[in-house]
Amino acid sequence: MFGRLVYESFRRQKRRKLLAGVAITLGVAVATAMIAVATDIGDKISRELRSYGANLIVTPQEDTLDVQIGGVDLKPPSDGAYLSEADLPKIRGTFWHHNIVGFAPMLPVGVRVSDGADAKNLTLLGTYFSKKLSFGKEDFVTGVRITHPWWRVQGAWPDDNSPDVLLGESLAAKLGRKAGDEIEIAGQQHRIAGILSTGGAEDDQIVAPLALAQEILGKPGAVRRLYVSALTKPEDALSRRDPKTMNPEMFDRWYCSPYVASIAYQLQEAIPHSHAEQIRQIAQNEGTVLSRIKGLMLLVTLAALFASALAVSAAMATAIFERRTEVGLMKALGAGNISVAALFFAEALLLALMGGVVGFAGGALLARQIGRSIFDSQITIEPVLFPIILAIAVIVTFAGSAMAIRRAVKFDPVYALRGEA
Amino acid sequence: MSSHRNSDVANRRADKPHTSMFLRMLMRAAVLRRGRAASALLAMVVAAAVATTMLNLYVDVQAKLRKEFRNYGANIVVVARDGQALPADALDKVESAVAGHGLAVPFAYVVARTADGQSVVVSGTDLDQVRKLDSWWSVTAWPNASQDALVGVRAAAVVSPQGKPFDLSFQEHTIHLNPAGTLRTGASEDSHIYLSLKDFESWTGVQPSTIEIASSGSSEEVSALIQRLSQALPAAEVRPIRQIMEGEARVLGKTRATLAAAAALIIATAALCVLSTLIGWVFDRRRDFAIMKALGASERLISGFFAAEAAALGAVGAILGFGIGVGVAAWIGRVNFHAPVVPRFNILPIVFAGSIAVALISAVLPIFLLRRVQPAMILRGE
Repeated sequence: MFGRLVYESFRRQKRRKLLAGVAITLGVAVATAMIAVATDIGDKISRELRSYGANLIVTPQEDTLDVQIGGVDLKPPSDGAYLSEADLPKIRGTFWHHNIVGFAPMLPVGVRVSDGADAKNLTLLGTYFSKKLSFGKEDFVTGVRITHPWWRVQGAWPDDNSPDVLLGESLAAKLGRKAGDEIEIAGQQHRIAGILSTGGAEDDQIVAPLALAQEILGKPGAVRRLYVSALTKPEDALSRRDPKTMNPEMFDRWYCSPYVASIAYQLQEAIPHSHAEQIRQIAQNEGTVLSRIKGLMLLVTLAALFASALAVSAAMATAIFERRTEVGLMKALGAGNISVAALFFAEALLLALMGGVVGFAGGALLARQIGRSIFDSQITIEPVLFPIILAIAVIVTFAGSAMAIRRAVKFDPVYALRGEA
Repeated sequence: MSSHRNSDVANRRADKPHTSMFLRMLMRAAVLRRGRAASALLAMVVAAAVATTMLNLYVDVQAKLRKEFRNYGANIVVVARDGQALPADALDKVESAVAGHGLAVPFAYVVARTADGQSVVVSGTDLDQVRKLDSWWSVTAWPNASQDALVGVRAAAVVSPQGKPFDLSFQEHTIHLNPAGTLRTGASEDSHIYLSLKDFESWTGVQPSTIEIASSGSSEEVSALIQRLSQALPAAEVRPIRQIMEGEARVLGKTRATLAAAAALIIATAALCVLSTLIGWVFDRRRDFAIMKALGASERLISGFFAAEAAALGAVGAILGFGIGVGVAAWIGRVNFHAPVVPRFNILPIVFAGSIAVALISAVLPIFLLRRVQPAMILRGE
């Protein structure tokens, strides 16, 4: 009899059930989408924050002081120590290699460039543009196009294995050269593949493939600095501690967390005779920006959950309130308060489950759409979210119905049947 | 007798056309069906509050986040051409152009020699301003006395490994400095030594060659500032620091887009919730509708009545909801950004119009559906 009552109620009152069901479905869909976006936003934003460029720098351990003003190197190139280019692919062998978005070696060299009759002393910066490397069986591409995404080239990026160069835009204006022209650097003709604009010191420099800079310097395999762009976890109490004072267990935990300091430590291990340090301007601010955005999305998600809960409650209350004559009839025929309440709760449970399943699927699609259109990548939905969402849907539907059911049950059947409600 | 009374009513009606009756019906509808009216109003208030919160956050988040992004430091740099010094009034000109919307810090550089002949870059600057501009600098102690220097960690290893006072010379002039603290940034600053501009100028006689500016404006405002600065300082090169500006624009854009998507979803849910509640409410009163029609009310009057009722509900809901929403947005601002989100009164008309529009749609839709139905059918309970 109970089952038939529930079944008939769904069969005969399609419109009302549909309204309540739509409210639950929408509420669940929005909640699912918002939870999925909020849990994934940290990942997505920290990838976007990589557009600020490298957050780690690796220098030779025994390096002399940098003599650099406004990005212009004044140190004699013969000075100081170098890293070995052959060691660089080892970065892919570190524990957190999946978090390393890219790296770019730098080798500044002083060169003489003849400009018609007179010659000029300029800086030539050797680097990777987007160099194919391999470590073990793995092939990968890295260079300034990944680590310095704000660099713009008019013309074409030179090939890493070619002798072509890029000319900084201020320098190009001074020399009156454009992409495709030839330039004589250190006694040899080179083609200018493109004009580079960075908004920094490189605008007054020549940027060339690393091999060319090494050849001019006469030191094959030499690298002065290495910029590394890595996805990191914001600092917390553990990351601020000195790893030397940690006990082994704590050290393992520190080593296996992608803090900027532990990645620096691993880079130092991977590259012999090196010193890795976080670039504080980038690394420190990343954490605050990230936590602000995550916090914002969390609070917005809470607001969304609250709004969907109220929407569901309002819909349920309306649906039950409309059926007070029915309640009156049932009670007049001798139904007890408990059986009337049980009927409503059973209906609410069914509605919540159906709305929950459809809403979860809809929310997953919505989250994917948001991920694709805003971040150009997938927003993954943890399967563990499904039972949680379903449980929330049932709880919210029950809570929303409870007040209305209590009122409906307490109603005097005589008034209800006379239509005086 | 009765005809007399009827003519009385007719006269009164002629004097005061339906207004008082109309208002009375509106009021009684709200008072008699308190429960239903309250639940409809609650839905309205919640929807308006949620919409206000989201719109307020969306409008204000840019300003809030931009403040966080200014921790990345300067976004414009003014450099003298070809290694000369900037004109003496350059800083004043820059400061008047920035006009309080940001920081401007001068830097002067020379390459000095240590006692054992090593080259080291020494910079003179306004240390108090640098502290605000470059908040990521990790400094053990900021210098505050004359002849105190802030020494980069790598420079410190060379000039004063034990933290003892040291001498630097530049073009035959020597200065005796006290290392007040060390500086760690992970960038070229680690190899520099920083002095106050006063000490620096009296020692070297070199004027600032660089001014770093952190302008706290939108990208259009920053571009306008760059333009103004280029005009004011023709002898210098003014350029944006693209690394900082593009990174900021990207992250800000993505965050706003996500927030906009969230706002659209949430507002749509809230509006649909209001729609379903109000439609249920009006549909429930089809008896009222039938009685009015049976007593000879015109379709326009009935639609007008329900529309007025819905509009009143929408207006009250919007105003209450706006108040609550502003409160929630302020709370979110305080919790997350440690600064309240400023109430934006220019979104009030949007929320107001939106609420009334949703309310009107949900009132007129059921009337439109019921129009064809004979009042007798409804009254008979069919």
